Formats: sequence, structure tokens, C-alpha cells
Amino acid sequence: MNKYSPFLLLGLLALLPFVGLSSYMMHILILFLMWSVIGIAWNLLSGYCGQVSFGHAAFFGIGAYTAGIFYAKVGISAWWGMPLSIIASTIAALVIGYICLRLRGPFFALATLAMGMILKVIAENLTDFTGGDIGIMLQQRTWVDKTGYYYIILAIAAISFFVVKKIVESKLGYYFVAIREDQDAAESLGINTTLYKTIALCISAVITGIAGAFYMNYMGYIDPKVVFALHDISIITIMVVMVGGVATYWGPVVGSLIMVMLAELIRSIPKLGEAHHTFFGVLLILIIIFMPNGIVGDFRKFAKFFGVRRAQR
Amino acid sequence: MEVLLQTLIAGLLLGGLYALIGLGMTLIMGVMKIINLAHGELMMVGMYVAYVLFSAFHIDPYLSIIVVAPLLFLLGIVFQKYLINPVLRVEAILPENQVILTVGIGMVLANVATIIFSSNYQSTPVSYATTAWYLTDFWKGAPLELSLSLPWSVSFVFAIFITTGLWFFLSKTDTGKSIRATAQDYDAALLMGVNVKKMRVVTFGLGSALVGSAGCLFIPIYYLYPDLGGQFTLIAFVITILGGLGSTIGAIIGGIILGVFESLTATYLGMGWAPVGRFAIFILALIFIPGGIVSLFKKRRLAR
Amino acid sequence: MSLLEVKNISMHFGGLAAVSNASFDIKKGEILALIGPNGAGKTTLFNVINGFYNPTKGEVLYKGKRISGLKPHKICERGLARTFQIVKPLQRMSVLDNVIASAFLRANNKNDATAIAEETLRFTGLYEDRDVISKGLPLGKRKRLEIARALATQPDMLLLDESCAGLNPSELNQSIDIIKKIRDRGITILIIEHHMKVIMSISDRIVVLSYGEKIAEGTPAEISNNQLVIEAYLGEAHSA
Repeated sequence: MNKYSPFLLLGLLALLPFVGLSSYMMHILILFLMWSVIGIAWNLLSGYCGQVSFGHAAFFGIGAYTAGIFYAKVGISAWWGMPLSIIASTIAALVIGYICLRLRGPFFALATLAMGMILKVIAENLTDFTGGDIGIMLQQRTWVDKTGYYYIILAIAAISFFVVKKIVESKLGYYFVAIREDQDAAESLGINTTLYKTIALCISAVITGIAGAFYMNYMGYIDPKVVFALHDISIITIMVVMVGGVATYWGPVVGSLIMVMLAELIRSIPKLGEAHHTFFGVLLILIIIFMPNGIVGDFRKFAKFFGVRRAQR
Repeated sequence: MEVLLQTLIAGLLLGGLYALIGLGMTLIMGVMKIINLAHGELMMVGMYVAYVLFSAFHIDPYLSIIVVAPLLFLLGIVFQKYLINPVLRVEAILPENQVILTVGIGMVLANVATIIFSSNYQSTPVSYATTAWYLTDFWKGAPLELSLSLPWSVSFVFAIFITTGLWFFLSKTDTGKSIRATAQDYDAALLMGVNVKKMRVVTFGLGSALVGSAGCLFIPIYYLYPDLGGQFTLIAFVITILGGLGSTIGAIIGGIILGVFESLTATYLGMGWAPVGRFAIFILALIFIPGGIVSLFKKRRLAR
Repeated sequence: MSLLEVKNISMHFGGLAAVSNASFDIKKGEILALIGPNGAGKTTLFNVINGFYNPTKGEVLYKGKRISGLKPHKICERGLARTFQIVKPLQRMSVLDNVIASAFLRANNKNDATAIAEETLRFTGLYEDRDVISKGLPLGKRKRLEIARALATQPDMLLLDESCAGLNPSELNQSIDIIKKIRDRGITILIIEHHMKVIMSISDRIVVLSYGEKIAEGTPAEISNNQLVIEAYLGEAHSA
């Protein structure tokens, strides 16, 4: 991967709609980009800063509900949800961070998982506000055609990619990795670990929240079971990054591509659809045992497995 | 007053069962330092085994513990030996890999159950499901009316028996003592000649057997569906945080507190909010008593 | 004038007193060695000074201001850095990145941080190994990396926790040289050490801890003839 490959890929993706893809293909591409965004966000917090979150659905849901509630209750366009979700996600990240970041390792992971569940239960029960299980539906989506949505999510993905790359290469990035590698050492080297973990969580939450707000606009419908889903959002987020490569720039992108295609493949085979969790579960187990650092992280291993001789990074 | 007392009784009975679920989790956490996110799914497996035994052979759910506990023990051993142990050796950036692995196991278990049994709610229609004792039956002039459900009470008594048995096992037998030693100090146990690897496997089996038995006790009073596991994994986790990580006494106290609290929220705020009550306790425990309830009793803070 | 003052520090864990009522101070520019048998409370005292523990009693003053109760990163910011006995390198980072991460404390951008880090690596003789992933470093160099990382925060005072333990003779001489060079830069040093050769050759004064209490304080010559110290180290049977 050289310096220009991100721009090259961005250019290619920007030209893709001109090829005249079917609506279904555009949908797949949009999902791919959306999951890349969520993966990039998770990767910053968990891959680089080492704070593994099992509850990213919390931020995704908050973004989606910010757009939804402002649309349904205030009567403004759901697109306002994008900027507004930045505020909402930051507040949520500060509160969740205050509670969870005092825990380390797997306990942090489980606490975030619980946070995701709490928000789901709250969204289900605050019916006056969220519509409860009925959810929120847009009367009319902005475009029938998918091209507009495609460019919006492409822009979000590109910005997230470059912002996270910039952060990782800066002082923040060094501090994040230092915290991941040894929190006590980091603290004694003058790094305010609580502060920097909170910063990582906030940035990650904001990016995820924007993806959630986009989802509301794109799908036109949300309910608590969909956007706060443990398996279908939080765990898939982890899988996207684990498949692609933890703590690599390209990992979330590669992982998202594979996961979205796999999901569609499984859905298209009759009878297998019902077993898609089994399939993903087994995949998850295999990845953890054989390729714990993902395709990008374990590229050498991966290349060797497929008989590629000249493996490069 | 009547409602309050009735709620407290229900909470206590529920808490006893919760304690059993929490015990399995806390054992595994203590010895292996990992969180088993497939805990609730293992309970679900136990429940379905009991369900099949009941519907095919009319075996009472309480009796099915004899089958379920060894079965789950074996299942736990297989998971630990062939899935979790290999991952402990793998070099990865995130040490939480093992936790994510258990998520994968849980997903597969829940999904397989859905394929076999469909996602419909099911229950075992035992004849005594609605039997209850009423206070006025024993004491005509009672100032208030209280009832005690038969299956709930039996389950509670069973839970106490199992817990006592576990206590005996951990404090009196060699294997039990070795498990406790491994939990307290892995390296020291290793140096003292404890086969820590075997203890890990046994503990995972034991934790699974415990939660499987809890499943059998839940079956007469609860319905079952393939996705119920996640909820109980969280309950187990809340209990261990509340009680204190790795503490058996803490798990029992935590279980009872949680049971009572949930019953109270369900009665006074509505059924839908019961999970919120659960999480509220969890958050309060995290913020105010990070060491869990056991830390309030013993003031000893251990040096690292 | 005293740079660091340890005043009546006690640190209890439950019923166990790891440190009780220890007091001493360090003058600017000197090397003070903290010695004592295993379990004497030396590392606990470091953890108190460095902010990992809040002392049960007493206080620590640095540059005349109270630092006990502050978080470790605040204390490091004030110019008091430490190393760990059990080395804690940032495992999957290269040696250079390890030092850059700590150099950022006083640098505003990556170029400055890199410059500080490279200078520190040359100073500690690790420059050749700058691209090695620190997990693969042999113990001797990992110990030196600990020192380099602490130095890169540009402290006025350094706490060295057994930086010479487990080194071979040539590494040992190298480390002694580095410690002397650090002192020559005007950095005050508090060092925990078991190695008598190191202690006798570098320290200006020595404080002896035993069972959490200070039993002696003085110059190397005074300490080596102190009856209490000999007893603490060898047991009473030998002193009879």
C-alpha cells in the first residue's frame, strides 16, 4: 500500500456509479461503506487504544435515534441528524466513558455491552419519545435513486479514514497505542490515561453515531431491535475489524467488504439464511484461532496459506 | 404492605436461582480470568435438554438435572479444551480474543437451537406449575394474604442444595481446594504442583454444569426460547460485578439483591422496566462499589 | 536544598504495613540509593512517590510542593519520572516509538518528539536498536529502554527501580556509566538496587529500609559498617 492508494481507491469508488450499477449493487456498496465507517470507528477505540467495546450499537443507535426523534418530534429533516448526532454521541460517550472506563480489559468490554443493552431497553420503553417497538419511519425518503446516498456515505467513509489515519500518526495515536500496550507504564510516562481513553471513545462514538444517522436517512425506518442489536450491530462491528485486521488502516475496509459480501451470499442461498448466525459464529471462532490479527494484519500468514510467494505489507 | 411482602418473597426466590447462575460465572472468571459470554447460552442448552426429556420421556425437569449436569460438564470441558485453550496460546493484539471467542460459541449455540426447535416460545406443562400455598389456608385469621408458589419454592430449595454441595466440594475436596488455589494465585498454584491446566478445564465444566442445572430449575417456572441466553449472561455478569469478581459468597449475595430489586421494579414500575432496574444496579455498583459487595465486608486491600 | 522530601510516609494494605513512618530527603543533584532486603517496602515507596498509591499517612513534597495524592501522570509532568523493576516496554512498538511516546510530554509535534527520542537513544546507547520491536529486545536492553523512556520525559529527577538487576558484567558497567552521565546532566537520582558494586560506586548517600522502616541513613562508608544494616541483611545469628 503506497501513499497514493487511498486516493486512487477513492477516485475509483467515486466513478463507480457512472458504470450504471443496478440498484441492488448500489445497496451492497452503500452497506460496504457504512460498515467500513463503523469498523474504522471501532478500530480507533479498540484496535489502537485497546479498549475493546462490545457495545458500539449504543452509539449507532443514538445517532439513528437522534435523526429519527428530531424528524418525528421536532419536524425537521432527518439529515439534521448528522450534525446533531455529533453532539448526542459525544454526550453519550462522556457518560458511558465515565462509567465504563474505570474498568480494564474484558470488564470494560462487558460493561459497554451492558450499556448497549440498557439503551435498547430504554428505547423500547420510552414510547412517547421513541415510538417504542413500533419504531420511527420517514414519511418519504429524500431520493428514490441510491446515488445520492452513495456519495454521502462515501464522503463520510473517506473523511473517517483520513481523520483516523491522521490521529493515529499524531501524538494522540502514540498515546493510544501506549495505553493499549501498558496502561501503568503509560500513566507513569506522563500520559493522562483517563483523558486519552475518553478522547478515543468520543471520536469513535461520533463517527459511529454519524453512521447511525445516515442509516436512519437511508433505510427510512428504525426500531430498537434493529439499531441497538447486540449480534447484528455490536458483534458484527467487531467481526468486520477482526476479519480485516485489528489496528491496521485498511483492516476495517477489507473486513467490511468481506463481511457484507458473505452476508449477502448466505442470504441468497436458500435454507442457509436461517443459519447465518451459526455461520458467522463459526467464522468468528476460526478467525480468532487461526488469524487473530485479521487478513491485513496476518497477511504473510494468509498469503502463505494460499501459496502466494512474494508477500508484501 | 401485602404487595410489598409478596414482591420480596418472589424476589428472594428468584434471587436464589440467580445466585446459581452467578456462581458458575464467578468460578470461571476467578480461575481463568476470562468472561464466558456463552454462559447464558449454556443454560439455554440445559433447558432444551430438560425440555426434550420432559416432552419425549415425561421426565420431571427437576429429575433431569441428573442428566443435564454431567452433559453440560462434558460440553464445558470440550469448549475449554478444544476452543478456548488453543486461543490462550495465540499471539494477538487484543487479549479480549477469548471473550470474543465465547461470543462466537454463544451465537452458534443459540442459532442451532433455533434451527432445531424454531424460535417459538415453549414451556414444560408440569402438573404443579400453578400450585401454591396460601397463608390463609394455614392461618385463618391472617391479617394479610400471602402465597408461595410450589415450583418456585422447590427450585429455590434445589438451588440451596446445589450451592451447599458446591461449597462442600470447594472447601473439602482436593480438587476443590486446587481450584480455589488456582483462582487465588495462578503462579503459586503452579509452583505448588497443582495441575492448573486440568483445573481450568474442570472449572469450565463445573461452571457449565452449574448454569445448566440452573436451567433445569428455571424450566418449571419460565418459558424457553433460543435467544434467552444473552439476557442470562448479562444477569450473571451483573451479579459478579455486584458481588465482587471471583467471589462465591459475593455471587450469592449479589444474586439475591438482584432478584429482590428486579421484583420490586417489576411490581412498581412495570415488567418492561425490570431489565432497566437490573442495569441501574449494575451502574451504581460500578460507580460506588467497584470491588463489589464483598469488598465492603473485608477491608483488606491486597498489594499487587 | 531538598528536591524531594519524604515525610513520615506509611503505606498500609489492610493490616499489613508495607512502609511505616519513613522519612528522608534528597538534595538536588545527588544520587541516593534505597536498599534493603526483599520485601522491605522499597518498590511500595516508589509507588507512593510516583503516585500509584496514595499513602495512608504522611506526605511527599517535590520542589517544595505536595505531590502525594496526585495521579502518576501529573507527577511525571512536574518532572519526576520512574522506571519499573519488572520492565514494562510498550511491547508491539519499536524502540524508537516507545521513546517518542514519552517524548511527546514535552514536545508539541512529532518532529520535536522524534528529535528528543533519537537524542535519548544515542545517550543510552540504544540508537542502533531503534527499529527493533521492543518485545524482541534482550533483558539488558529492555532495562535500558526503561531508562531511556523515563529520560525522554525530560525529568529533573529519576526513580530507578532495580535498573541493573539481571545484567551481565559488561552491561552492568554500561548502565553504571549511563547513570553517572545522567547525574552529570544535573538530574537527581533515587535508585533501588541490590547490587553492592553499583551502590558503592555511584551513590552519594544510602537509605536502608527493613520491614518498611528506615533503619539507617548515611554515606556508603558509614552504611557498610553499620551494625543494624548487617543484622538486617544477614540475620541476628551472624552478628552475635
